[in-house]
Amino acid sequence: MTALLLRDLKLSVRAGGGALIGVLFFMTVVAVIPFGVGPDLNLLSRIGPAIVWIGALLSALLGLDRMFQTDREDGSLDLLLMQEHPLVLTVLMKCLAHWLGNGLPLVIASPLLGLFMNMNEMAIGATMLTLFVGTPALTFIGAVGAAVAVALPRGGLLVSILVLPLAIPVLIFGVSASYAAVEDPAPFMPPFLILVAITMFFAVLGPLGAALALRNAGD
Amino acid sequence: MTESLAISKFSDLANPTRFLALAARLLPFMAAVTAILFAVGLYLSFATEGDYQQGMTVRIMYVHVPAAWLSMMCYTVMAVSAIGTLVWRHPLADVSHKAAAPLGAAFTLIALATGSLWGRPMWGTWWVWDARLTSVFVLFLMYLGLIALNRAMDDPSRAARVSAVLILVGFVNIPIIKFSVDWWNTLHQPASVIRMGGPTIDQEFLWPLLIMAIAFTLLFFTLHVMAMRNEIWRRRVAAQRRMAARLAGRESGSEA
Repeated sequence: MTALLLRDLKLSVRAGGGALIGVLFFMTVVAVIPFGVGPDLNLLSRIGPAIVWIGALLSALLGLDRMFQTDREDGSLDLLLMQEHPLVLTVLMKCLAHWLGNGLPLVIASPLLGLFMNMNEMAIGATMLTLFVGTPALTFIGAVGAAVAVALPRGGLLVSILVLPLAIPVLIFGVSASYAAVEDPAPFMPPFLILVAITMFFAVLGPLGAALALRNAGD
Repeated sequence: MTESLAISKFSDLANPTRFLALAARLLPFMAAVTAILFAVGLYLSFATEGDYQQGMTVRIMYVHVPAAWLSMMCYTVMAVSAIGTLVWRHPLADVSHKAAAPLGAAFTLIALATGSLWGRPMWGTWWVWDARLTSVFVLFLMYLGLIALNRAMDDPSRAARVSAVLILVGFVNIPIIKFSVDWWNTLHQPASVIRMGGPTIDQEFLWPLLIMAIAFTLLFFTLHVMAMRNEIWRRRVAAQRRMAARLAGRESGSEA
């Protein structure tokens, strides 16, 4: 299991620079926003947490379709399917590796983008914390989409369409927790705890669904 | 004993020919009852009085509410079929959830469109990002995504199994839609017909609404059975074409 984790991590860092491209895309999306809404710093600081969250969501979708597809192309997916280990655990490991390679860099890059958006320290900290808790859920949901579309020749766009509706609750509670930290009357804990619950829920459901889809999608 | 009988009856239907025979016998009755109920329901919904505040626009409810119920019920039917596909490998379950997806999308679209028409005079806007509206819109997107996924795969049985997984994961959304108006305090009114302590809606509106709801449900099942029948025939035609092509190839090969 650890070997699989290390292998996937190495692949995600070395081959094709998937992680770097995700962060670059994240920065590009956020950088495009001021051109669209105008460089009004007050407005930017107000919509900042939402923009950073949407940017992270979009860039998390970017690398999803390669999650199982590269393994399928070089045949290692068949080896994973034939292992003695329960497939669910294997998928969970792959999700963790994918998150470490693609999700964590987004979380680390988010304070910088928060500065660009003229957010104060409190808001930056809250956004980073919610991203840290919320992005694993995006990966787990995405794993189901990636496994469903693994055999499709051009599944990338389809994965995004299938995954985005399911990812909406994560976005809602992530953004509302970030705002609650800044605005006084709203308490921070309830939306944050719901976000944690969503992540834990999909940590169980996601690998289960993905494993089921992978078994059925085999040729 | 009765349960095993029910199960054996149910697995008898795994034979598509038996299903087609049953469908051919049932469909005329279902279509007739649907038509009668629609006639009664539409008559009642125009004959009853309008609301003292909303006037004529309250009649939109008789289409809007049943369509919205159906959009959720259709997804539930799809989820049950998805379990049938994955657990029992029932061949009809594949056909069932594939045929139900476009119907569900259509009912959801009707609910959204009529709700929008109703919202314009009542709320003064075509669309608000309220919890119920947003989650129904998400449901609509999920139906379209499932249709797209089904169309993207060549092999029908594999497409069925894979989309069954997705249907079951997406089922998370249904309780969110159902209870969205209770959890979040929003513009859309909370449930007034099916609730603890009886309906709060007036008798005057309740009867046409219930009849229209039954009519819509029957309409869904009629269309669903028809769509399943079409899908089975489509698969047979595809199989026969493939066989004909293989035979033609063999004959031309022997001549050459």
